[in-house]
Amino acid sequence: MNADVSEDRTRAAAKPLVGGGMTPAVGPILRIENLCVDYRPRGSLSPGKRAVDGLNLSVNQGEVFGFLGPNGAGKTTTMNVLLGFINATSGDAYLFGTTVREPIARQRIGYLPELTYYYKFLSAEELLRFYARIFKIRKTETERRIDQVLKLVELEHARKRQIKTYSKGMQQRVGLAQALINDPDLLILDEPTSGLDPIGRMKVREIIQRLKTEGKTVFFSSHELGEVETVCDRVAILDQGRLKLEGRVSDLAEKHQLSLEQLFLKVVGYSLPSATHLPP
Amino acid sequence: MNTTLAIAGIVIKELYRRKDFYVLFVLTALITVLMGSVTLFHDTHIVRYLKEMCLLLIWICSLVIAITTTARQLPMERESRTIFPLLAKPVTRTQVVLGKFLGCWLACAVTLVVFYLFFGIAAMSKEHHWPLTNYFQALTLHWIMLGIVVAMALLGSLVFSATSSNVTISFVAVTFILLLGRHLDKVAMQIPQPASGALQALFFTIPHLEFFDLRDLVIHDWPPVRWLVCLKAVAYAAAYAAFFLGAACLLFRRKAIN
Repeated sequence: MNADVSEDRTRAAAKPLVGGGMTPAVGPILRIENLCVDYRPRGSLSPGKRAVDGLNLSVNQGEVFGFLGPNGAGKTTTMNVLLGFINATSGDAYLFGTTVREPIARQRIGYLPELTYYYKFLSAEELLRFYARIFKIRKTETERRIDQVLKLVELEHARKRQIKTYSKGMQQRVGLAQALINDPDLLILDEPTSGLDPIGRMKVREIIQRLKTEGKTVFFSSHELGEVETVCDRVAILDQGRLKLEGRVSDLAEKHQLSLEQLFLKVVGYSLPSATHLPP
Repeated sequence: MNTTLAIAGIVIKELYRRKDFYVLFVLTALITVLMGSVTLFHDTHIVRYLKEMCLLLIWICSLVIAITTTARQLPMERESRTIFPLLAKPVTRTQVVLGKFLGCWLACAVTLVVFYLFFGIAAMSKEHHWPLTNYFQALTLHWIMLGIVVAMALLGSLVFSATSSNVTISFVAVTFILLLGRHLDKVAMQIPQPASGALQALFFTIPHLEFFDLRDLVIHDWPPVRWLVCLKAVAYAAAYAAFFLGAACLLFRRKAIN
């Protein structure tokens, strides 16, 4: 009884601006304002490295947003701020209108890290039950959602096996399942297809597209530009901590008359050699 | 509280799915049974030595389980990156620390119940009586003492960079307190200042874990300790555990985990 009341309270607290149900959408689901993050070397007086420099970004409800950039561009740092792992040096970020400094801001999000490591001594079912308990989901609802997400990620057959016996692709899919257990309105995926074989990638892509048709908002970083082009509504390209380009995928392609890959290379300042010498 | 209990549940599951506990229990049982089967010098009081050895083994095993289980919790979460999906949920770092503490402490309770049950059966087979109050007091205060040790090892896991150094330092500190803690003030009176003052300060600062050692009570069948004294010991342990946990929460909140 108390858990139910508490769930209602947390849900109500986390839904001030947007979302389904009876609350009308009045603003972006994800908002980043003048975000700056500095990494200072430990025990040193040197200024360190500015990983994110004055980033402004917003993601609306129902969008699939691609967050692109070369390695070290500041994508993961931005995600770490969004998830409350690190604090911003200046500026702020908001999820559903609540500052990310408040844990309640994460009540309605699902997160899939780049490298998925979960408690390997647990089975998929136990892991999902654990996370559902954190979200204060009722027991009957938990069992229903576990069935639902395991079916979605095609892990029903292995639900009682310990995660240590899973292949990498299966671990990635159990990661997606845990990100979906609370039926989130916003999914933050950090390179969800990293290290997967073509079939695994296809399956993850299918899941993202299915979530898109269900009206979920997806914010994801990836190096697979073809995949981003297929799945995303809008993209942002980050380089050396700064936002270089942002817009709808179709608009950008039309405006620049370039594919997303060519545009990406141009934006990050990589010039293709004029003549490519291939070995005989 | 629900989140803290959920995290604690994972710690307990980890304990019974690992082999550490079973190895230590089998070892203790084997040594006790072997000792029990031997008749030395036809001594009728040999059962006291048996009880003493068995209780010593239980104390050593419980400290091994408490320190090693606790010391690896937070570093393992960071190394295996399981902390990321966990903190991406509506979970505070304080809840993580409290969940880990509660999990390790409850795991110690489960371990102690199994060990003391075995001890009781082994002792009863020789003595044919079972002083339940003594056993209950010994087990409870032993468990309360482990609360301080668990909180201390949890703080150590945030202070020391390597799990192995935390385990070693925790073992050295606990052994020092248990063996020498009670004698520090006597030593202090025999040495000149300022070493005497420093030793006195150390005597009043360290948590006196030996207060919780009721092994003699069980071995010699002495009358139970007054319940008020037990309550005071619980309050003493709660104060130290709260201090260590508070410091651990503060440190963990300030720690960058990326």
